Amino acid sequence: MRTASTPLRRTDAAKRPPAAGSGAGSAPARAPAGPIHRMARAGERMSVVVQRLSMPGRVLAILWTCLLLLAAPTHAETFDYRLQARELAPGAWVIVGLKEDFSFANGGNIVNTGFIVGREGVIVIDTGSSKRYGEQLLAAIRRVTPLPVVLVVNTHHHPDHFLGNQAFPRETLAALPDTLAAIRSEGEGFNANMYRLNGDWMRDTEVVVPTRALAVGRQRIGGRDVELLALGGHTIADLVVVDHDSGTVYAADLVFHGRTPTTPHADIPLWLAALDTLERLPTRLWVPGHGEPTPDTRALRQTRDYLGWLAQTIRSGAESGQDMTDLFQTPIPQRFAGMALAKEEFRRSVVHLFPAAEQSVLEAQRTPTPK
Amino acid sequence: MTPLALARPALAWIAAALTALAATAPVLATSTPAALASAPAQSAQLDPLDSPRWEDMRKAFFEGATVVFDERIKVVGPSVAEDSLNVPVTVDASAVPGVEELIVFADFNPIVKALRFEPGAAQPRLGFRIKLQQSSPVRAAARTADGVWRVGGAWITATGGGCTLPSVGSGSPEWQERLNEVNGKLWPRLDGGERLRMRIIHPMDTGLAAGIPAFHIEEIVITDAEGHTLSRIQPLEPVAENPSFTLDLRALAPGARLHIAGRDNNGNRIDAWVTR
Repeated sequence: MRTASTPLRRTDAAKRPPAAGSGAGSAPARAPAGPIHRMARAGERMSVVVQRLSMPGRVLAILWTCLLLLAAPTHAETFDYRLQARELAPGAWVIVGLKEDFSFANGGNIVNTGFIVGREGVIVIDTGSSKRYGEQLLAAIRRVTPLPVVLVVNTHHHPDHFLGNQAFPRETLAALPDTLAAIRSEGEGFNANMYRLNGDWMRDTEVVVPTRALAVGRQRIGGRDVELLALGGHTIADLVVVDHDSGTVYAADLVFHGRTPTTPHADIPLWLAALDTLERLPTRLWVPGHGEPTPDTRALRQTRDYLGWLAQTIRSGAESGQDMTDLFQTPIPQRFAGMALAKEEFRRSVVHLFPAAEQSVLEAQRTPTPK
Repeated sequence: MTPLALARPALAWIAAALTALAATAPVLATSTPAALASAPAQSAQLDPLDSPRWEDMRKAFFEGATVVFDERIKVVGPSVAEDSLNVPVTVDASAVPGVEELIVFADFNPIVKALRFEPGAAQPRLGFRIKLQQSSPVRAAARTADGVWRVGGAWITATGGGCTLPSVGSGSPEWQERLNEVNGKLWPRLDGGERLRMRIIHPMDTGLAAGIPAFHIEEIVITDAEGHTLSRIQPLEPVAENPSFTLDLRALAPGARLHIAGRDNNGNRIDAWVTR
């Protein structure tokens, strides 16, 4: 990952502590106590109290505790993501996630997943953030069609896009070669962090690395005319699925809409070039990785506008002698104010992108080491 | 002894007493035994960051000295660390006149103290990056000439591992060719002063990763072309790999350059010039 020109740049992702995010903003938030954890702790305290009570008191206390536990499931999490599949065009479906960061409340349901129903089978685009999400996604597909799932793609290696893999047959799972390698090396770290961020929603979730490397290009899959594009920029490899039969492009995290793009593994120039490629596609419907689908390129244009501003802000900050903490104070332009998590994601992006910008400014002044 | 010399300690004492009375932040330790006896319980309540480690911090760094919490001492950083190996912080005591020394520490790091800074001709403000092993208060303490330590800080949440991971450099031979290389630059500030930013190639190994001994820069001295010492930074293991520093100095003559000298704990020298 290192190059001769930047020998000591911290790009060795394997050495980093795991980052997780919808794009993996590692957002290692101190885990808030979820209802389940709170209940467990209350239970421990209760048992201490019970030991100190007299016999009739004990019986009453135990009965009361049993009543509480019986009543609990109706109030506690049922771990239902309430996934609603929407048909954007005949056979082209999407499940739109919340425009939030991972939390104990949303369980990681912050991502858009999709599926395409052909004459012979179903193509699934991303599997969500947990085993439960994957299972509920499959259930949502079953409410629409009994056809077999013939292909499940992970568009890139961020955890909200592949941690539902367990719910699908192994032989259907596939991704781009670089994505497979990245899931293999970083998947476990992501998964551990997702447990911290989403709590019990993650129960039994394990990393399943797809075994198949995808062949890109236009092809018939499940009786559908689809095209697989290998792009990059949001991560090392970003897969885009184009459904030519309906004119729908599943752009995954190369396109965000109404939700600030995340950049933990981003290469902004490459990302902008990928957006140029996408804009030339003869498609009518756009499904972003996060945020509402659009019947035009407005989500793509919003993503490009933000990334351009972000790169320029960080570059000019480094060139004018600012440090990261100075850049944190940068006001977010009004036109991005409506994008969810703008301030938070901007600060994360400064941490991701500033060191390289700083390095190029300071190394222009490079002085030799004394012998 | 001149009357003036006699008067100085008395004046300093009165100033300290007045400060203590005036400050909303309470004095946590004084030289009287009664106050010392009640200090632990009191200070545990009074730490604005409510850290169970505060009493240990007080003993480690300020035993026998006067220490107050002061909101004018700022630690600017993210509330959540995106990368535990590189948490950007700026410590800023510029609202307090006459700061002679700043120390930075993180209560819950396995190596608590991160850095000592003698601003000298610079503003008592320093930007750098720190490694965090877990969520922790990150604090700055500023000492003025009267010997009083003023403490400010902020909690930074981190998933951690920042101190027990090997440096990227330690896994590669490349850094050896550039060890202690300084990449720096000066910018004129709008307020007439000079901003210095520099980055020094160094693994800054903590010694807490298996099989990799502690290896870190110990001292960086910034002098002008005439050899006058302007500022001194003494980093410790928790400062991030390839440390970068941001300082604001008084205005320099056009074309002036600064000498950056120093060494690491293995005796390797730092020796470089920085210009605009």
